[in-house]
Amino acid sequence: MSDQERTFKSIVADQLSHNMKQYAMFIALLAVWVLFTILTNGTFLTSRNITNLFLQASHIAILAVGMVLVIVAGHIDLSVGSLMGFIGAIAAVLQVNFGWPTLPVILVAMAVGVLIGLWQGYWVAYRGIPAFIVTLAGMTIFRGGIIAVTQGATIAPLQESFRAIGQGYLPRILNPEARTGFHEVSAVLAGLFILAYVIRQIANRRKRVQYGFDVLPARIEALRITLVGVLIAAFFGTLVFYRGIPWVVVVILALTLFYSFLTQNTVFGRQVYALGGNKEAARLSGINIRRRTLMIFVSMGFLSAVAGIVFTARLNAASAQAGTLVELDTIAATIIGGTSTLGGVGTVFGAIIGALLMASVNNGMSLMNLSSDVQMIVRGAILLLAVWFDIASRRSQN
Amino acid sequence: MSDDYILEMRDITKTFPGVRALDNVNFRVRRGEIHALVGENGAGKSTLMKVLSGLYPAGSYEGEIVVDGETMSFAGIRQSEAAGIAVIYQELALVSLMNVAENIFLGNEITSGAAIDWAKSYARASELLAQVHLDVNPRVPVQKLGIGAQQLVEIAKALFKNARILVLDEPTAALNESESENLLNIIRKLRDDGVTCIYISHKLEEVKSIADSITVLRDGKTIETRHPSEGEEVTEAQIISMMVGRELTERFPRVEHTAGETVLEVRDWTVYDPERADRKVIDNISFDVRKGEILGIAGLMGAGRTELAMSIFGAYGARRSGTVTLEGKKLTINEPSDAIETGISYVTEDRKEKGLVLNMDIIKNSTLASHFRVASNGVLNKLEEILEAREYTTQLQVKMSSLEQITRNLSGGNQQKVVLSKWLMTKPKVLLLDEPTRGIDVGAKFEIYNIMNRLVEEGVGIVMISSELPEIVGITDRILVMQEGRLVGSQDWREATQESIMHMATGGR
Repeated sequence: MSDQERTFKSIVADQLSHNMKQYAMFIALLAVWVLFTILTNGTFLTSRNITNLFLQASHIAILAVGMVLVIVAGHIDLSVGSLMGFIGAIAAVLQVNFGWPTLPVILVAMAVGVLIGLWQGYWVAYRGIPAFIVTLAGMTIFRGGIIAVTQGATIAPLQESFRAIGQGYLPRILNPEARTGFHEVSAVLAGLFILAYVIRQIANRRKRVQYGFDVLPARIEALRITLVGVLIAAFFGTLVFYRGIPWVVVVILALTLFYSFLTQNTVFGRQVYALGGNKEAARLSGINIRRRTLMIFVSMGFLSAVAGIVFTARLNAASAQAGTLVELDTIAATIIGGTSTLGGVGTVFGAIIGALLMASVNNGMSLMNLSSDVQMIVRGAILLLAVWFDIASRRSQN
Repeated sequence: MSDDYILEMRDITKTFPGVRALDNVNFRVRRGEIHALVGENGAGKSTLMKVLSGLYPAGSYEGEIVVDGETMSFAGIRQSEAAGIAVIYQELALVSLMNVAENIFLGNEITSGAAIDWAKSYARASELLAQVHLDVNPRVPVQKLGIGAQQLVEIAKALFKNARILVLDEPTAALNESESENLLNIIRKLRDDGVTCIYISHKLEEVKSIADSITVLRDGKTIETRHPSEGEEVTEAQIISMMVGRELTERFPRVEHTAGETVLEVRDWTVYDPERADRKVIDNISFDVRKGEILGIAGLMGAGRTELAMSIFGAYGARRSGTVTLEGKKLTINEPSDAIETGISYVTEDRKEKGLVLNMDIIKNSTLASHFRVASNGVLNKLEEILEAREYTTQLQVKMSSLEQITRNLSGGNQQKVVLSKWLMTKPKVLLLDEPTRGIDVGAKFEIYNIMNRLVEEGVGIVMISSELPEIVGITDRILVMQEGRLVGSQDWREATQESIMHMATGGR
């Protein structure tokens, strides 16, 4: 028994040491949550606040998903905050000042995002201007654009159907009148989600065994799947027992699944990782680097539009300040989530966790009533630390 | 006779992990002579000069360096410069946007107080430029000068630092004939002014015309030093046989190939330097590759072999002219993907820099150029990927812990096999191999030769670029020799010898 115990321990230790980077972000997230729970006398960890937290993380999460591709390819995008604000402003003006219904507003906003992505991607990919410069220019241009569109005023309020994207929840069927309490539709969805996860993990394992790849011992694999399952359940649980799953969480889940597929299972994704890992090897393997780079920025533009819609819907307003410093939160989230500043490495899922961490820090500091100067200093310091951790862990690896 | 040595390098041994780059090298240079240092690529010339300049600091090698009778231990370039040693590398170390005077004094500015004394600087610069017979205004930015003039600026810079021993590493590699002649004359004049020169060159004609002494290195060992200045007879043929020297053993699996019809036809191929639009890197080259043969391309570094292969593959050259025909069809290749699609593949010279994505695993690296084969509608079929990767890595006997091993952690020979897997998966009709066995051990080399023989049997046409003459002579069917972007010779393997190839490659006729 003790013998078995030791191998069990050694395997777990081995797993931990080999996947330190992945675990590090969970540990950091946990540490932040514990810290703020203590500092706020428990307010932080209430169902209500956690739901708020997810809502507040939403625009960062959406942007971070796109930023993964940008940074994996060895670029950077400093314009996402301004662009998100700009597109949100366009959407608000179209609806509030011109009375457009919600659907056309969303379509136009997305089209603008894609066009701006094409514009920035063109300069980076086909004119060879460093992305740092192109998007620094974009950051200023779009900030100017927001002021031009809003005339410096706050544009509000939006129609209810628009607001629902950022603040609404899935509908209740059994008890449509209740605002809070057990949300059966969400519970069913969450259950299905966990079931899908477990089935997929088992299928993956079978496949790996079939092709003769290494797998964890069955016991440990079962433990791992159970642990993750419990985590997912805890995540949904906080939502299910409050007001249910927000629409925006559905949007993020869909984007996460889509982009995970894009990065892991498509030729496009593979080629982006390859060109980020070794541009010359990718070029000589026949990969069209320019076209890939262009598409990366188009995707970033599209996601900036989605984030802009979500953000504006949640605040129920567009203003000249919208999206300030969001690029910093996004880049920090992406890097905390394991995307390497040196390119070639990173996951979409990690970026979501990173976004949650950045939102947690912002949320916790607000709950503590810290002034905005302190908040800015802390956010900047976190970005610096995250990059340092990335570079230090790479160095020790080589 | 004159045994007044300004420099003695005694029993220098320098090892890198797995390689003994210098093996008890002895190198003695007399005061006021031009001493040529010759040897094949990889013979250890550059390593020896890096030891001398302190780039490899004292302690990282064994042996001793004696300058003017005094034993030195250089911790870095600063110390070797202070001892009067200056090395001028092939890649010039000038700041192209700064002017001539600024470059000459870079790091050793002439000052009065805290500020640079420009009047004095320009006056001194003019004197130094006169010493190297370069008639330019010291206020001209260096980038406006030709390569030849830039080289002279480097020499002026060295003279300002009171260089007594001037090392020139392949100084004429990028120069045309009249520029070269001019440089040689200036080196002779510097000698007459008392500067000792160590002259590294592949061009044996030049060496013969300029050198007072010649030392030949081979495989990290000193072979011999001769003194033409004392009437010792040294012919190019002798130098070549000293450079090549080794015996051919059974290191090469020679198989009789029967070449079939022509698969690749290159005609009047001319390629211009993307950096200098008027310079031809490849000058009007025509050749054929037949099915089932290995065509070797020999030549010295900088002869344009890599550029030839890369330009055919669509990965080099801003402006190209001439035609490439594959199986009778004229090709338009603008990008590597065009070449891959039509059946031409190019295995790069440097597997780490240009061949592998080191942080990816074996599966992903091996399918990198064949995504069209393992995907439908842009979605990768991971099962198909694994099967393909397994097939090729098994064929090539890649030694690995699993297909998911990260390629960074493989040995050099196995990395090279993964690169080969990648390119074999594209099912090429013509395979261009650029230094396919560089830096891998003898056993892995032998395996790679066997793979080449097998491919040839399957009807692939192989072009192999190599700087290792034994390999070129040992494995190819036909050998083309390049020099300065031109084709200067062609031989069947039966008549080719290392000497005959080296003779053509160094410009002999």
